Amino acid sequence: MKFPVEITVNGVKRRSEVEPRLLLVHYLRDVLEITGTHVGCETGICGACTVHLDDEAVKSCMVLAVQADGCSVTTVEGLASDGTLDDVQQGFWEEHGLQCGYCTPGLLMSAHDLLRKSPNPSAEEIRRAINGNLCRCTGYQTIVHSIQNAAQKMRAKKPAAAKQVQPAKLRTSKRKREQRRPATV
Amino acid sequence: MIPSKFDYYSPATLQEALSLLSEYGDDAKVLAGGQSLVSLLKLRLASPRCLVDLGSIGNLSYIHEDGADNLLIGAMTRYAEIAESKLIAEKCPLLRQTALVVGDVQVRNRGTLGGSLAHADPAGDMPAAILALKADLKATGPKRDRWIKSEDFFLGMYATALEANEILTEVRVPVLNDRQSAYLKAARRPSDFAMVGIAVCLKRAKNGTCEDVGLGVTGITDKPYRPQHVEAKLRGQKLDPAAIGAVAQSITEGIDVNGNIHASPEFRAHLAGVYLSRAIQAAIGS
Repeated sequence: MKFPVEITVNGVKRRSEVEPRLLLVHYLRDVLEITGTHVGCETGICGACTVHLDDEAVKSCMVLAVQADGCSVTTVEGLASDGTLDDVQQGFWEEHGLQCGYCTPGLLMSAHDLLRKSPNPSAEEIRRAINGNLCRCTGYQTIVHSIQNAAQKMRAKKPAAAKQVQPAKLRTSKRKREQRRPATV
Repeated sequence: MIPSKFDYYSPATLQEALSLLSEYGDDAKVLAGGQSLVSLLKLRLASPRCLVDLGSIGNLSYIHEDGADNLLIGAMTRYAEIAESKLIAEKCPLLRQTALVVGDVQVRNRGTLGGSLAHADPAGDMPAAILALKADLKATGPKRDRWIKSEDFFLGMYATALEANEILTEVRVPVLNDRQSAYLKAARRPSDFAMVGIAVCLKRAKNGTCEDVGLGVTGITDKPYRPQHVEAKLRGQKLDPAAIGAVAQSITEGIDVNGNIHASPEFRAHLAGVYLSRAIQAAIGS
């Protein structure tokens, strides 16, 4: 039994038919072949598979692809533009926020989620915000520095916007689409 | 780590969801945010024949007042929304404080209040707060709605008072006008489930004694529970450290306390008493 889904990934609308048991992370990696998002523990602990679903950080191994139907997904590939790293990536690059790099795609997406809500986070706030992302190399010290570095870059660019805190919106009508029924039974 | 096959439905209305539950009965599972259920599916601890996803039903996510000193919260309201709601922060800060310590950011962005309660994890955070608040839970069935008291809702490990053809649709919590509250949990790491979690919601008389108190306990036994015998002992007490300490250890009286690699039954029972004292003092200081 397969279901049609339409998911906007990094700004591009993708239509596929998927088994309902397919996880979002496997949809991204195996169906769309966008492999920047890593599979780590697959049990919702490590955060390596973190992506943005409608602009919020989620673990893509904890979401079924069918649940993302009608939503937009941003992966680590969606951060850089024209080969130029974005502020958070650059922040990690400069402060050596990675060694093996396995956790990095997830940490970049979690860092973005934090900095969207809190443009000038304390070290403690950063540590709390990334407690869903495990890194086995760095001891987190340089990751915290990296996120502080990124925050500084982002504030320097948008001094006015940096003061705004956007609360999560209540999703009264999450998806506009027809009720899904199996495409093939 | 791939779930076994299931039929999947994403009904647009509650009525359709309810008729699917009536059709499939115990073979169906209701999917909310999926932060517990998707794990169970992957580990194949749950292999339902049918999954009914509530994600397309638009009107299950809201927070508003009912005009009678209560807040009504839709079951699909996510933790992040509870944590960031001004109405909750002002009228029922215990829910905000609890939502902020559930799992990690990613879980809070997806996980829902209703999902947490209906899943009934014996160490879930939200059930403790809901018990301390003496909240009511609305079960919607094919023919009617019924309200279930939080103290009657949790029956055992992952077991609730919901019938197989009912969906938890709304939670009603009191506005905490003159009440003070706190939720404290002991966990090895911040994103872990509680080894012990204690929620307190109390009202003090003018002379500082405890006029009324609600307690919620999680992580201790096979279900979250409300220790009414401790509430009774605290009523009328002065709430100084000595008075609290005198009743604190009775919080696990008559309870079959869990032991595992994180905490032996003895240590967990000890923690429960210590955290009860701390939670009451945190509530008073709130």
